[in-house]
Amino acid sequence: MSATTEETRSDGAGTDELLALAGRVAGWARTGEEVEVYVARGTETEVRAYEGEVESLTSATSAGIGIRVVTDHRLGFAWAGSLDESVLEETLGEARDNAAFATADEHVGLAVPDGVPAVAVDLWDDRLAGIPTADKIQLALDLEARTRAADPRIRQVDSADYGDVSAEAALVSTTGIRSSSRKTSGYLSVSVIAGEGDSSQTGGGFSVGRGFDGLDPDRAMGDAVSRAVRLLGATKGPSGRSTVVFDRRMATALLSIVSSALSGEAVAKGRSFFAGRVGEQVGHPGLTLVDDPTDPRAYGAAAYDAEGLACRRNALIEGGVLRGFLYDTVSASRAGVASTGSAVRGGYAGTPGPGCRALTLAPGPEGYDEDGVLAAVGEGLFVQSLTGLHSGVNPISGDFSVGAEGLMIRGGKLAEPVREITVASTLQRMLLSLEAVGADVEWLPGIAAGQTLAIGDMQISGA
Amino acid sequence: MIETPVLERVLSEALRNGGDFAEVFAEDRSNSSALLDDKRVEELASGRERGAGIRVVSGETTGFAHTADLSEAGLLRAAEAASAVARGGGGGTRTVAVGPSGPSPAGRGDRPTPRSGSKADALELLERADEAARASGSGISQVQAGFGTSTRRVLIANSDGLLAGDEQARTRFSVSCVALGDTGMQTGYETAARTLGFELFDEVSVEELARTAASQALAKLSARPAPSGELPVVLAGGSGGILFHEACGHGLEADHIVKNASVYAGKVGQQVASSLVTLVDDGTVGSEWGTFGVDDEGRPAQRNVLIEDGILTDYLWDYLRARKEGRVSSGNGRRQSYRDLPMVRMTNTFLLPGDADADEIVAQTPRGVYVAKLGGGQVNTTTGDFVFGTTMAYLIEDGVITEPLRDANLIGNGPEILQRIDAVATDFSMTPGTCGKDGQSVPVGCGQATMRLTGVTIGGTAE
Repeated sequence: MSATTEETRSDGAGTDELLALAGRVAGWARTGEEVEVYVARGTETEVRAYEGEVESLTSATSAGIGIRVVTDHRLGFAWAGSLDESVLEETLGEARDNAAFATADEHVGLAVPDGVPAVAVDLWDDRLAGIPTADKIQLALDLEARTRAADPRIRQVDSADYGDVSAEAALVSTTGIRSSSRKTSGYLSVSVIAGEGDSSQTGGGFSVGRGFDGLDPDRAMGDAVSRAVRLLGATKGPSGRSTVVFDRRMATALLSIVSSALSGEAVAKGRSFFAGRVGEQVGHPGLTLVDDPTDPRAYGAAAYDAEGLACRRNALIEGGVLRGFLYDTVSASRAGVASTGSAVRGGYAGTPGPGCRALTLAPGPEGYDEDGVLAAVGEGLFVQSLTGLHSGVNPISGDFSVGAEGLMIRGGKLAEPVREITVASTLQRMLLSLEAVGADVEWLPGIAAGQTLAIGDMQISGA
Repeated sequence: MIETPVLERVLSEALRNGGDFAEVFAEDRSNSSALLDDKRVEELASGRERGAGIRVVSGETTGFAHTADLSEAGLLRAAEAASAVARGGGGGTRTVAVGPSGPSPAGRGDRPTPRSGSKADALELLERADEAARASGSGISQVQAGFGTSTRRVLIANSDGLLAGDEQARTRFSVSCVALGDTGMQTGYETAARTLGFELFDEVSVEELARTAASQALAKLSARPAPSGELPVVLAGGSGGILFHEACGHGLEADHIVKNASVYAGKVGQQVASSLVTLVDDGTVGSEWGTFGVDDEGRPAQRNVLIEDGILTDYLWDYLRARKEGRVSSGNGRRQSYRDLPMVRMTNTFLLPGDADADEIVAQTPRGVYVAKLGGGQVNTTTGDFVFGTTMAYLIEDGVITEPLRDANLIGNGPEILQRIDAVATDFSMTPGTCGKDGQSVPVGCGQATMRLTGVTIGGTAE
């Protein structure tokens, strides 16, 4: 483990080294060939505590390379989970060979610098590298012990985890792109089972940060315990049409789903219900949606996108009117516009495509925290957990049907708990039926901020 | 991949600080994939990764480290990191000797060597699928076809003397279609996936897959909203197996059982399902998607009967959870890659066929929903509440399958739903899927014959 922390130097020398490596490989490009080299390296620690003991301690380093080659508008890609000298040339050769088989497409090409300056966002906590493993273990053990003691109804703490990651990446292309980034993050997460009589319910909580300091075990514990305990005694809720209030965590999940319809690639390929609707009213007049990765508070904040262009603020929906989409280089060319600096990629083993990093809704009036929104709604269903988001939401047709757990809202306050119900509508109708947006913006893990949301006219299926 | 004397020295190093058990899991995986979208071959990708995960178990604690460096020095560093959890116990030198027991450490045993296909062969299949899908109807507005193949070699050695290996070739082909009509867009998706090489295509017609996907999308253009509320449901053979994967499969994984985080804990010998239910998990079935030679702990795949005539007979076990109970693993220790700790996972999980006639089951259902295809699901093992989503469903009216329905999730509680199975037919088939648990994805198979549930809550929007 000590060997791995030494590699992650705090002075930025790590990313310089990666830039040099990426530049060297890009330099092997042949005439007539565009080459983009992405290299990444990371270290991670993960501790899981269970019943006063360390259940598992993981420490690891990983590194890899992803190379895109474009020849005559044909794209090939190859990757390797190693930065060993022996794999670099082989990976370039594979990417080159793959390019020969692709269909030539005038819109296919690598990003070229567009002159937009990058906004510096500091995502690196130098102190993380100096935290002894013993302290990380102790934090996980404390979290487990305190959660167990938090409430007599906690029957089990299934898992109490500490984790951190330090990641560095560099991107160099023959088209003039040269960017690097580094990022640290830390988290605590805990999952509990509460019980009373025959009823058992589960809840989870977490705390995230840029490093070790600032992680808040009370926050993680409090969330997990209250979520599990307040569901005790839940019964299958009643069927009917209702306003549904989504808590901040669930709102993040909803926005993430909507975001896939805002991808310029989905639009170009006829896979978005927003296609052809720019300038039209697609949402409630109170709906304004922006993707702004330059906001350093955002979990997905970044200076550069996955093709090395500067990230920037993009307004997507204003006053319910659709303003535009998010593009990477290829989808922008296809649409006849410029890239919005919105390329994302899933590490060195993935190719870039357009996507969101930091969505937020323009907040509602002051005082619209969770309680404020509940009071405004009066009667309805409050949802704290959703299941089957992958199996019951179709972002192309817009059909939306998911399992839910939560509490009834009566007289503007949370009332009895309910479970084993579904909430259904279509994404199109949900955007138009937005009743309230919380002012309680919280940057949760993921690509969208958490804000309490109230959506009207949803169908509940239950008893 | 790694010489036996090196494995022995690494295992000895891993136990230098003490500990009860040490294991080296080495993996060498290569993937290649091709994607045809919007009538263009957009991306050919190749990837390669190799590495080893080393674990040391000391009392209740597991230390884990992984490395992409398979040299002896790299492995020894990882062993040292993993052994950090075992301070205080024993110490001194422990000599470890490993050797093959049972299956050949070379892997494939008597299975034939998988056939490989060229990139050009793969592209031809993609083009044939695209053509067949588009020829299915003028309503088809977009087609994406994907091909992927991987070879995964694993080598496992542990301090109990085990030395085992396996070579797993897997190939998949999928087609997804969008249909456009007056009511908006609808989607269809079909996939074929086996633990095979290119000989998958001796058994599977890509044109047929494409036509099935296209016909789903086209049929749903005239779909009406799914009902809201409880109705009898007939699940067609194949993908309906997802019901068992979610309703009880996960709840029978011993990691949930030992933490008392499953509704099935303590119920061996009890009636947990209708007497028509005999549920099997079997990693040895032909070339199904969840089939392998040895699991990721070196244990040969085996057939495990979980529920027999409605009585719970056993759980699924990995090395660690089995050891705690003084028994042996059931061959269900799996991991996504060398970067992950193994967990208890399903392989191919299926309901044995019954003796009813599939058509008769429909004919004897006056009103209900016929689910031709399920897309996925999710379960909370502690409460047993689960959802599963339809991607092709129809109404049953007066014993006849009538109008298509829009996608929806169905919700139920595992132990309750398993009692509501009142008919199982003879028309058994299997379907491939990807199972996600605690951040790790592994290939699995699901299967059943056409069957009926007397009542399930359907999460549609039609009151």
